[in-house]
Amino acid sequence: MKITREIVRHVADLARLELGPEEALKMESQLGDILGYIGLLDGLDLSGIPPTSHVQEIFNVMREDEARSSLPVEKGLANAPDREGTAFKVPKVIE
Amino acid sequence: MEYTAVIGLEVHAQLQTDSKIFCGCSTRFGQEPNVNTCPVCLGMPGVLPVLNKRVVDYTLMMGLATHCRIAAESVFARKNYFYPDLPKGYQISQYERPICEEGWVEIPVQGGARKIRITRIHMEEDAGKLVHEGGGGAASLVDLNRAGVPLMEIVSEPDIRSPEEARAYMQTLRDIVVYLGICDGNMEEGSLRCDANISIMPAGSETFGTRTEIKNMNSFRYLAQALEYEIQRQTEVLEDGGRIIQETRLFDSAKGVTASMRGKEEAHDYRYFPEPDLVPIRIDPEWVDRIGAEIPELRSEKIARYVQDLGLPEYDAEVLTGEPGTARFFEDILAHGVEPKKVSNWVMGEYTRLLKDKGMETARISPEQVAGIIRMVDASTVSVSGAKQVFEEVFLTGKDPDAIVREKGLAQVSDEGAIEEEIKAILEANPQQVEQYRDGQEKVLGYFVGQVMKATRGRANPRLVNEILIKKLKGE
Repeated sequence: MKITREIVRHVADLARLELGPEEALKMESQLGDILGYIGLLDGLDLSGIPPTSHVQEIFNVMREDEARSSLPVEKGLANAPDREGTAFKVPKVIE
Repeated sequence: MEYTAVIGLEVHAQLQTDSKIFCGCSTRFGQEPNVNTCPVCLGMPGVLPVLNKRVVDYTLMMGLATHCRIAAESVFARKNYFYPDLPKGYQISQYERPICEEGWVEIPVQGGARKIRITRIHMEEDAGKLVHEGGGGAASLVDLNRAGVPLMEIVSEPDIRSPEEARAYMQTLRDIVVYLGICDGNMEEGSLRCDANISIMPAGSETFGTRTEIKNMNSFRYLAQALEYEIQRQTEVLEDGGRIIQETRLFDSAKGVTASMRGKEEAHDYRYFPEPDLVPIRIDPEWVDRIGAEIPELRSEKIARYVQDLGLPEYDAEVLTGEPGTARFFEDILAHGVEPKKVSNWVMGEYTRLLKDKGMETARISPEQVAGIIRMVDASTVSVSGAKQVFEEVFLTGKDPDAIVREKGLAQVSDEGAIEEEIKAILEANPQQVEQYRDGQEKVLGYFVGQVMKATRGRANPRLVNEILIKKLKGE
């Protein structure tokens, strides 16, 4: 896939990043380089090899369904810029 | 033109676990905001989720109960989007490799049943709750107690053809999750939620029209209402030569209409990718067998059995199985060897009435006691109305039915001699009515029965009263 100016803009939008024209240009070439490097893998014969979803050969790491005590609510709220009661308070968002 | 609706449902069921899906926080409801949170469900940096095994067990159980193919290997994925109810900036869900695929359920339709195919069932975490301040307040309040509560999403194929079928499908899913004991099935409280994809096409056509997605239908009635409205709306748009726009619409239950959620038209780009913090799940045949063995008799199976094996009317079977608790109570009484239809009458009648009037928490009566009361009536120890008094007393106190019969003097008089005495006295006191009866006015019999019952304060065995009365009136 070729990284275009549009793709950079779209990805920046999705990530809520504001990029200036120079930054966008820089990203375009850097993202292109990264994808190009990963594209080397396309040269391998991977037929018959299932897609890897995790790099380690480990499965079924699970815990029993037991409730533990939570974080004291004051600690959870400690870094919050604003609060009301024990709720986080954020600028109004209605989708 | 005649149109056919094409409907597919996405149902979210909240799984009844003690702890959240990826951390040990409690799933308890009705707490102060954010008291059930920890670094994992708050989305703090550097934490790792660990999967709750029961979530897999429950979803697997649902998959088996709906005839799904269970994936030997299944993977979690990140669904990326920004919204304050989602502290990590992504929801952990499943995407390309869900745990269950290609199942079906059978729904009751007029004069039979229809198969609705299930595309997939997957596991995911719930988001938090936002409260938007009204009026001038330009703030939203975030409560993350629900963030990370386990959900199971059940996606149907677009096999549903009418609002009634959608409702029946939803009811069928509810019955299954409630009987499996994996979700409380409460739509009003949001433990069972549903979104619908709906389009219409000319009757007889095989090409689906453009669909809209309807959200926010939190009851069976609203689901049917929202779909009715949307079919009507889409029909009008097409009839006027318009075009359906693919969009998300919210159902407004107060107005009974669906309205476009403006601003959401821009297609979401969730950039799903495999969740690197969680390893794949491998389910071997032993695991499948173990969960399969835990599946209890489901509601549809119970209804069929009650009708076929117990000889109950279909109506009884449906009422008795409405909630698993009622069905269990019914079967526990049956285990004491009493006649099914009699048990059904008591459970649907007095028991249900008292539960409703006095409240679930007041019920002290045991299945054995109900069976005992039924036997008393069978043996004519008490009259039916006497038995009802006994039932209520036992229901409220849990006391021994026999003791109540004695205390209240409810024992039915089945002593023929005693009844004969009463009857003799009454006939002697009413020569005129006796004459009328003998002249062929047989309805006078009812008058005499009433008199005997009055004299014995309702305790005389009515069958004996009738027999003896007729004998005396005719014989003498």
